[in-house]
Amino acid sequence: MIFYGVVLVLLLLSFFSDRKKTFKALKIAWNRFSGILPAFVLMLVLVSISLYLLPHELVMKYLGEENISRGMGIAMLAGSFALMPGFIVFPLCGILREQGVPYMVLSAFTTTLMMVGVLTLPVEKQYFGIKTALVRNGTGLIIAVIVAVVTGLVFSEVVL
Amino acid sequence: MKARFSTVLFAVYIAFVFASLVFGFQPGKDIGSNFLTFTLSMLKILPGAFILIGLFQVWVSRERVEKHLGEESSILSFLWVLLLAGTTVGGLYVAFPVAYALYEKGARIQVVLAYIGFAAVSRIPMMIFEASFMGIRFTVVRLAVSIPLVVVSAVVLGRYLKASNWKMTSPQ
Repeated sequence: MIFYGVVLVLLLLSFFSDRKKTFKALKIAWNRFSGILPAFVLMLVLVSISLYLLPHELVMKYLGEENISRGMGIAMLAGSFALMPGFIVFPLCGILREQGVPYMVLSAFTTTLMMVGVLTLPVEKQYFGIKTALVRNGTGLIIAVIVAVVTGLVFSEVVL
Repeated sequence: MKARFSTVLFAVYIAFVFASLVFGFQPGKDIGSNFLTFTLSMLKILPGAFILIGLFQVWVSRERVEKHLGEESSILSFLWVLLLAGTTVGGLYVAFPVAYALYEKGARIQVVLAYIGFAAVSRIPMMIFEASFMGIRFTVVRLAVSIPLVVVSAVVLGRYLKASNWKMTSPQ
Protein backbone atom coordinates (compact mmCIF):
# COMPACT_ATOMS: atom_id res chain seq x y z
CA MET A 1 0.00 0.00 0.00
CA ILE A 2 1.45 3.36 -1.13
CA PHE A 3 0.07 5.13 1.93
CA TYR A 4 2.13 3.11 4.40
CA GLY A 5 5.18 3.48 2.16
CA VAL A 6 4.85 7.25 2.53
CA VAL A 7 4.29 6.98 6.28
CA LEU A 8 7.35 4.76 6.66
CA VAL A 9 9.63 7.02 4.59
CA LEU A 10 8.56 10.11 6.54
CA LEU A 11 8.93 8.30 9.83
CA LEU A 12 12.47 7.15 8.94
CA LEU A 13 13.43 10.63 7.71
CA SER A 14 12.16 12.05 10.96
CA PHE A 15 13.95 9.41 13.01
CA PHE A 16 17.34 10.07 11.41
CA SER A 17 16.98 13.84 11.72
CA ASP A 18 15.83 13.91 15.32
CA ARG A 19 15.10 10.84 17.42
CA LYS A 20 13.63 12.74 20.32
CA LYS A 21 11.17 14.59 18.12
CA THR A 22 10.17 11.36 16.43
CA PHE A 23 9.38 9.65 19.73
CA LYS A 24 7.41 12.71 20.71
CA ALA A 25 5.48 12.47 17.44
CA LEU A 26 4.66 8.81 18.12
CA LYS A 27 3.54 9.70 21.60
CA ILE A 28 1.25 12.40 20.25
CA ALA A 29 -0.07 9.93 17.68
CA TRP A 30 -0.87 7.38 20.37
CA ASN A 31 -2.45 9.92 22.73
CA ARG A 32 -4.73 11.30 20.06
CA PHE A 33 -5.65 7.87 18.78
CA SER A 34 -6.49 6.54 22.22
CA GLY A 35 -8.39 9.75 23.00
CA ILE A 36 -10.78 9.30 20.10
CA LEU A 37 -10.89 5.48 20.31
CA PRO A 38 -14.09 5.22 22.40
CA ALA A 39 -15.95 7.35 19.84
CA PHE A 40 -14.59 5.18 17.04
CA VAL A 41 -15.74 2.03 18.80
CA LEU A 42 -19.22 3.50 19.24
CA MET A 43 -19.26 4.39 15.56
CA LEU A 44 -18.23 0.85 14.60
CA VAL A 45 -21.00 -0.60 16.76
CA LEU A 46 -23.55 1.65 15.05
CA VAL A 47 -22.18 0.77 11.61
CA SER A 48 -22.28 -2.96 12.28
CA ILE A 49 -25.91 -2.84 13.42
CA SER A 50 -27.11 -0.51 10.67
CA LEU A 51 -25.42 -2.60 8.00
CA TYR A 52 -27.32 -5.62 9.30
CA LEU A 53 -30.64 -3.77 9.26
CA LEU A 54 -29.96 -2.21 5.87
CA PRO A 55 -27.56 -4.24 3.73
CA HIS A 56 -25.96 -2.61 0.68
CA GLU A 57 -28.05 -4.66 -1.75
CA LEU A 58 -31.27 -3.47 -0.14
CA VAL A 59 -30.22 0.19 -0.29
CA MET A 60 -29.39 -0.25 -3.94
CA LYS A 61 -32.77 -1.87 -4.60
CA TYR A 62 -34.60 1.07 -3.04
CA LEU A 63 -32.64 3.56 -5.15
CA GLY A 64 -34.24 2.03 -8.22
CA GLU A 65 -37.54 3.69 -7.21
CA GLU A 66 -39.57 4.83 -10.24
CA ASN A 67 -40.73 8.19 -8.91
CA ILE A 68 -37.76 10.55 -9.20
CA SER A 69 -38.47 12.79 -6.20
CA ARG A 70 -39.17 9.79 -4.02
CA GLY A 71 -35.98 8.23 -5.36
CA MET A 72 -34.11 11.40 -4.38
CA GLY A 73 -35.54 11.33 -0.88
CA ILE A 74 -34.61 7.69 -0.39
CA ALA A 75 -31.17 8.35 -1.87
CA MET A 76 -30.46 11.17 0.55
CA LEU A 77 -31.74 9.30 3.56
CA ALA A 78 -29.72 6.21 2.68
CA GLY A 79 -26.65 8.29 1.86
CA SER A 80 -26.81 10.05 5.21
CA PHE A 81 -26.98 6.84 7.21
CA ALA A 82 -24.76 4.52 5.20
CA LEU A 83 -20.99 4.27 5.43
CA MET A 84 -19.57 2.68 2.31
CA PRO A 85 -16.09 2.92 0.81
CA GLY A 86 -15.78 4.31 -2.72
CA PHE A 87 -14.67 1.02 -4.22
CA ILE A 88 -18.00 -0.51 -3.22
CA VAL A 89 -20.28 2.44 -3.93
CA PHE A 90 -19.26 3.41 -7.43
CA PRO A 91 -19.32 -0.04 -9.05
CA LEU A 92 -22.81 -0.53 -7.57
CA CYS A 93 -23.90 2.90 -8.80
CA GLY A 94 -22.52 2.04 -12.23
CA ILE A 95 -24.76 -1.05 -12.30
CA LEU A 96 -27.78 0.99 -11.21
CA ARG A 97 -27.01 3.52 -13.92
CA GLU A 98 -27.14 0.77 -16.52
CA GLN A 99 -30.48 -0.32 -15.10
CA GLY A 100 -31.79 3.17 -15.77
CA VAL A 101 -31.57 4.85 -12.37
CA PRO A 102 -31.20 8.61 -13.10
CA TYR A 103 -27.84 10.31 -12.58
CA MET A 104 -29.66 12.78 -10.36
CA VAL A 105 -30.66 10.12 -7.85
CA LEU A 106 -27.19 8.57 -7.86
CA SER A 107 -25.62 11.99 -7.37
CA ALA A 108 -27.91 12.71 -4.40
CA PHE A 109 -26.92 9.36 -2.95
CA THR A 110 -23.16 9.64 -3.42
CA THR A 111 -22.97 13.29 -2.32
CA THR A 112 -24.86 12.69 0.93
CA LEU A 113 -22.77 9.57 1.42
CA MET A 114 -19.67 11.75 1.21
CA MET A 115 -20.83 14.82 3.09
CA VAL A 116 -23.39 13.69 5.63
CA GLY A 117 -22.51 11.14 8.27
CA VAL A 118 -25.07 10.19 10.87
CA LEU A 119 -22.99 7.19 11.89
CA THR A 120 -19.80 9.26 12.17
CA LEU A 121 -21.53 11.76 14.49
CA PRO A 122 -20.05 10.13 17.62
CA VAL A 123 -16.58 10.94 16.25
CA GLU A 124 -17.47 14.32 14.79
CA LYS A 125 -19.13 15.65 17.93
CA GLN A 126 -15.96 14.98 19.94
CA TYR A 127 -14.16 17.58 17.87
CA PHE A 128 -16.93 19.99 16.89
CA GLY A 129 -19.57 19.64 19.57
CA ILE A 130 -22.98 18.27 18.69
CA LYS A 131 -24.53 21.57 17.59
CA THR A 132 -21.85 22.49 15.06
CA ALA A 133 -21.70 18.88 13.86
CA LEU A 134 -25.45 18.93 13.16
CA VAL A 135 -25.21 22.27 11.34
CA ARG A 136 -22.33 20.97 9.23
CA ASN A 137 -24.28 17.84 8.30
CA GLY A 138 -27.39 19.89 7.54
CA THR A 139 -25.32 22.06 5.22
CA GLY A 140 -24.09 18.89 3.52
CA LEU A 141 -27.70 17.86 2.85
CA ILE A 142 -28.47 21.20 1.23
CA ILE A 143 -25.32 21.02 -0.90
CA ALA A 144 -26.29 17.50 -1.98
CA VAL A 145 -29.72 18.68 -3.16
CA ILE A 146 -28.14 21.45 -5.22
CA VAL A 147 -25.52 19.12 -6.69
CA ALA A 148 -28.20 16.57 -7.58
CA VAL A 149 -30.49 19.13 -9.23
CA VAL A 150 -27.63 20.56 -11.32
CA THR A 151 -26.65 17.00 -12.29
CA GLY A 152 -30.24 16.35 -13.32
CA LEU A 153 -30.22 19.51 -15.47
CA VAL A 154 -26.87 18.72 -17.08
CA PHE A 155 -28.02 15.22 -18.00
CA SER A 156 -31.44 16.56 -19.08
CA GLU A 157 -33.28 14.40 -16.57
CA VAL A 158 -35.19 17.41 -15.28
CA VAL A 159 -36.01 20.66 -17.04
CA LEU A 160 -36.61 24.06 -15.52
CA MET B 1 -19.40 8.83 34.03
CA LYS B 2 -19.95 9.21 30.33
CA ALA B 3 -16.97 7.00 29.56
CA ARG B 4 -18.31 4.35 31.91
CA PHE B 5 -21.69 4.37 30.24
CA SER B 6 -20.17 3.68 26.83
CA THR B 7 -17.95 0.98 28.34
CA VAL B 8 -21.04 -0.76 29.74
CA LEU B 9 -22.80 -0.38 26.41
CA PHE B 10 -19.87 -1.89 24.56
CA ALA B 11 -19.65 -4.75 27.06
CA VAL B 12 -23.33 -5.51 26.45
CA TYR B 13 -22.73 -5.42 22.71
CA ILE B 14 -19.76 -7.79 22.95
CA ALA B 15 -21.74 -10.13 25.20
CA PHE B 16 -24.59 -10.11 22.69
CA VAL B 17 -22.30 -10.95 19.77
CA PHE B 18 -20.54 -13.62 21.79
CA ALA B 19 -23.83 -15.18 22.92
CA SER B 20 -25.02 -15.14 19.30
CA LEU B 21 -21.93 -17.09 18.30
CA VAL B 22 -22.50 -19.65 21.05
CA PHE B 23 -26.22 -20.08 20.42
CA GLY B 24 -26.05 -19.66 16.65
CA PHE B 25 -28.23 -16.52 16.50
CA GLN B 26 -27.70 -15.41 12.89
CA PRO B 27 -28.44 -11.65 13.16
CA GLY B 28 -25.98 -11.36 16.03
CA LYS B 29 -23.37 -13.30 14.09
CA ASP B 30 -23.85 -11.00 11.07
CA ILE B 31 -23.53 -7.91 13.24
CA GLY B 32 -20.35 -9.27 14.76
CA SER B 33 -18.84 -10.01 11.38
CA ASN B 34 -19.80 -6.51 10.13
CA PHE B 35 -18.04 -5.10 13.17
CA LEU B 36 -14.89 -7.07 12.43
CA THR B 37 -14.86 -6.14 8.74
CA PHE B 38 -15.21 -2.42 9.43
CA THR B 39 -12.76 -2.49 12.32
CA LEU B 40 -10.14 -4.15 10.15
CA SER B 41 -10.61 -1.75 7.25
CA MET B 42 -10.30 1.19 9.62
CA LEU B 43 -7.28 -0.26 11.39
CA LYS B 44 -5.57 -0.37 8.01
CA ILE B 45 -5.74 3.42 7.81
CA LEU B 46 -5.96 4.95 11.28
CA PRO B 47 -2.48 4.14 12.69
CA GLY B 48 -0.78 5.63 9.63
CA ALA B 49 -3.03 8.69 9.70
CA PHE B 50 -2.32 9.35 13.37
CA ILE B 51 1.44 8.88 12.88
CA LEU B 52 1.32 11.53 10.15
CA ILE B 53 -0.63 13.80 12.49
CA GLY B 54 2.07 13.28 15.15
CA LEU B 55 4.86 14.07 12.68
CA PHE B 56 2.99 17.14 11.50
CA GLN B 57 2.64 18.24 15.10
CA VAL B 58 6.38 18.10 15.87
CA TRP B 59 7.86 19.18 12.52
CA VAL B 60 5.58 21.88 11.16
CA SER B 61 5.83 25.17 12.99
CA ARG B 62 2.84 27.11 14.15
CA GLU B 63 4.13 30.20 12.32
CA ARG B 64 4.13 28.36 9.03
CA VAL B 65 0.57 27.07 9.45
CA GLU B 66 -0.63 30.48 10.59
CA LYS B 67 1.02 32.19 7.66
CA HIS B 68 -0.61 29.96 5.06
CA LEU B 69 -3.88 28.92 6.73
CA GLY B 70 -4.35 31.37 9.60
CA GLU B 71 -6.39 34.53 10.15
CA GLU B 72 -4.21 36.64 7.86
CA SER B 73 -3.91 34.04 5.10
CA SER B 74 -5.22 34.72 1.60
CA ILE B 75 -7.76 32.94 -0.56
CA LEU B 76 -4.91 30.58 -1.49
CA SER B 77 -5.40 28.91 1.88
CA PHE B 78 -8.46 27.18 0.41
CA LEU B 79 -6.36 25.84 -2.44
CA TRP B 80 -3.82 24.39 0.03
CA VAL B 81 -6.48 22.53 1.98
CA LEU B 82 -8.09 21.36 -1.26
CA LEU B 83 -4.77 19.75 -2.20
CA LEU B 84 -4.39 18.28 1.27
CA ALA B 85 -7.94 16.92 1.11
CA GLY B 86 -7.29 15.37 -2.30
CA THR B 87 -4.65 13.16 -0.75
CA THR B 88 -6.59 12.36 2.44
CA VAL B 89 -7.12 8.63 2.83
CA GLY B 90 -10.15 6.89 4.30
CA GLY B 91 -13.13 9.13 4.85
CA LEU B 92 -14.55 11.77 7.12
CA TYR B 93 -13.45 9.84 10.19
CA VAL B 94 -9.82 10.49 9.20
CA ALA B 95 -10.51 14.09 8.17
CA PHE B 96 -11.77 15.09 11.64
CA PRO B 97 -8.52 14.43 13.56
CA VAL B 98 -6.50 15.98 10.71
CA ALA B 99 -8.76 19.04 10.83
CA TYR B 100 -8.18 19.31 14.55
CA ALA B 101 -4.40 19.16 14.04
CA LEU B 102 -4.64 22.06 11.55
CA TYR B 103 -6.89 24.03 13.88
CA GLU B 104 -4.58 23.56 16.82
CA LYS B 105 -1.64 24.88 14.80
CA GLY B 106 -3.50 28.08 14.03
CA ALA B 107 -5.53 27.44 10.85
CA ARG B 108 -8.66 29.59 10.81
CA ILE B 109 -12.06 28.01 11.29
CA GLN B 110 -13.20 28.73 7.72
CA VAL B 111 -10.20 26.87 6.32
CA VAL B 112 -10.68 23.95 8.72
CA LEU B 113 -14.33 23.60 7.71
CA ALA B 114 -13.43 23.86 4.03
CA TYR B 115 -10.87 21.08 4.54
CA ILE B 116 -13.56 18.80 5.98
CA GLY B 117 -15.88 19.54 3.07
CA PHE B 118 -13.14 19.00 0.49
CA ALA B 119 -12.02 15.79 2.18
CA ALA B 120 -15.59 14.59 1.78
CA VAL B 121 -16.08 15.44 -1.88
CA SER B 122 -12.68 15.53 -3.56
CA ARG B 123 -10.45 12.66 -2.46
CA ILE B 124 -8.49 11.69 -5.52
CA PRO B 125 -8.55 7.86 -5.16
CA MET B 126 -12.32 7.98 -4.68
CA MET B 127 -12.80 10.22 -7.70
CA ILE B 128 -10.86 7.86 -9.92
CA PHE B 129 -13.36 5.14 -9.04
CA GLU B 130 -16.24 7.50 -9.53
CA ALA B 131 -15.15 8.75 -12.95
CA SER B 132 -14.45 5.27 -14.23
CA PHE B 133 -17.85 3.90 -13.26
CA MET B 134 -20.05 6.98 -13.67
CA GLY B 135 -18.27 8.84 -16.44
CA ILE B 136 -16.03 11.88 -16.21
CA ARG B 137 -18.94 14.25 -16.86
CA PHE B 138 -20.74 13.12 -13.71
CA THR B 139 -17.62 13.70 -11.61
CA VAL B 140 -16.85 17.10 -13.14
CA VAL B 141 -20.39 18.36 -12.56
CA ARG B 142 -20.37 17.14 -8.99
CA LEU B 143 -17.02 18.82 -8.26
CA ALA B 144 -17.81 22.05 -10.10
CA VAL B 145 -20.96 22.49 -8.01
CA SER B 146 -19.85 21.17 -4.65
CA ILE B 147 -16.42 22.85 -4.32
CA PRO B 148 -17.71 26.46 -4.50
CA LEU B 149 -20.60 25.52 -2.20
CA VAL B 150 -18.17 24.00 0.32
CA VAL B 151 -16.14 27.23 0.31
CA VAL B 152 -19.21 29.45 0.70
CA SER B 153 -20.71 27.36 3.50
CA ALA B 154 -17.34 27.13 5.28
CA VAL B 155 -16.91 30.90 5.16
CA VAL B 156 -20.44 31.61 6.37
CA LEU B 157 -20.45 28.99 9.12
CA GLY B 158 -16.87 29.86 10.09
CA ARG B 159 -17.69 33.55 10.52
CA TYR B 160 -20.72 32.72 12.59
CA LEU B 161 -18.74 30.34 14.82
CA LYS B 162 -15.97 32.86 15.27
CA ALA B 163 -18.44 35.56 16.24
CA SER B 164 -19.94 33.25 18.84
CA ASN B 165 -16.48 32.46 20.22
CA TRP B 166 -16.68 28.78 19.36
CA LYS B 167 -13.67 26.50 19.92
CA MET B 168 -12.83 23.13 18.46
CA THR B 169 -12.09 20.53 21.14
CA SER B 170 -9.81 17.56 21.46
CA PRO B 171 -11.11 14.29 22.88
CA GLN B 172 -8.85 13.09 25.66
